[in-house]
Amino acid sequence: MIKVKNLHKKFGDLTVLDGIDEHIAPGEVVVVIGPSGSGKSTFLRCLNLLETATDGEIYVDDQQINAPKVNVNEVRQKMGMVFQQFNLFPHLTIMDNITLAPVLLKKMTKPEAVKRGQELLERVNLAEKASAYPAQLSGGQKQRVAIARALAMNPEIMLFDEPTSALDPEMVGEVLDVMKDLAKSGMTMVIVTHEMGFAREVASRVLFIDQGKVMESGTPEEVFNRPKNERTKLFLSKVL
Amino acid sequence: MTGIQAWYTDISELFYKCFIREDRYKLLLEGVGVTIKVSLLAVVVGILIGMLIAMCNLSQKKLPRAIGGIYTDVIRGTPSVTQLMIIYFVIFASVPVQLDKWIIAAIAFGVNSGAYVSEIIRGGILSVDHGQTEAGRSLGLNAFQTMTRIVIPQAVKNIFPALCNEFIVLIKETAIVGYVGLMDIQKAGDFIKSATYEAFMPLVGTAVIYYVLIKILTLSLRQVEKRLRRSDAR
Repeated sequence: MIKVKNLHKKFGDLTVLDGIDEHIAPGEVVVVIGPSGSGKSTFLRCLNLLETATDGEIYVDDQQINAPKVNVNEVRQKMGMVFQQFNLFPHLTIMDNITLAPVLLKKMTKPEAVKRGQELLERVNLAEKASAYPAQLSGGQKQRVAIARALAMNPEIMLFDEPTSALDPEMVGEVLDVMKDLAKSGMTMVIVTHEMGFAREVASRVLFIDQGKVMESGTPEEVFNRPKNERTKLFLSKVL
Repeated sequence: MTGIQAWYTDISELFYKCFIREDRYKLLLEGVGVTIKVSLLAVVVGILIGMLIAMCNLSQKKLPRAIGGIYTDVIRGTPSVTQLMIIYFVIFASVPVQLDKWIIAAIAFGVNSGAYVSEIIRGGILSVDHGQTEAGRSLGLNAFQTMTRIVIPQAVKNIFPALCNEFIVLIKETAIVGYVGLMDIQKAGDFIKSATYEAFMPLVGTAVIYYVLIKILTLSLRQVEKRLRRSDAR
């Protein structure tokens, strides 16, 4: 579903991604872990072209998406993105946050989008907040709305960029629960996170990225219990 | 007669002389009309030019940025009365278009205001967190849709007080249209001053009229701002 070949990303002289080769199959839940500054967020942002790769190729459904003349907007419609800082639209109600893109991009009529929005809000347990504004919600509620908003476009892949890092600890659980449900439903997911317990429980595969390279890749069992790479061992000894 | 009574008689006589005799209040009313007409059109022109110049200044390309930079620089660096006279006596005198005086004046004030409005708009757009743009783009919206549906609505709310301030400045700035022969509030007051040899009543009258106009505007804009702030409710 996603193929990454020899992905490089530089910011000026700083090499952030230093040759990543990866293949993500449909239905996989890939959790990306690594120290801060390792390039894991940049990797995720390259996948939906929020960052432009300096070198290398990225394919989604066998279409190279970082080639010239690719319709970036169509590519992004296949991929939902959830941000650390939620990035809900503060001037719109929760329902309008969810329906804006599908209606504007003519994926659905307004009534269809509202119906779908209502279903999604029920799925994230926020049905009663449809007419509230983002400022009236807690962090955990905002992030659940952000997930519903991304799902409203019926994406094939969901990308999560440290979705719980900006949350108060007591709200982390409610967001992870929504993500677990999503994983169970068979959604292809790529998740950058520091929640090791969640990674162990939900991931079908764990990637350890450090210094812009995939240092280790395997099932949670393999990576957490029998890490082969010295850097992985060092990192895990600090966070576990 | 007590002092207060004498004072009262003096004042009412002055008032009669300056505003009622020879229907002089009609001059002022006419002046209010001119001030409002010129200001309203100038605000519209100013916002249009302001948006255009703001887009130039925010552009990635060099040429639009240079144009925007020069425009802002020249307009801010010269007095508005000079600009008004250049536009009226030089530019519109040499082009074969016949426009009403008040329209030419409004264009001149709009050209002036546009430079200030463009900076306000640019600041407003930059004040919206970049994450908002990323969120819009990641949903598949294009740059234009993201700008018009997500960034600008938030920017408008942020810049509204600064824009109101600019409108108020603009209204008062129009008090120089007498230089090109238009009879606005200021000019009407001035005219009465010359006709009656009285300074106090016509000038204070002029000030009161401007004050009331701007008070009405301020109060109504505050209502608009309240509506814009609805989504901030917690």
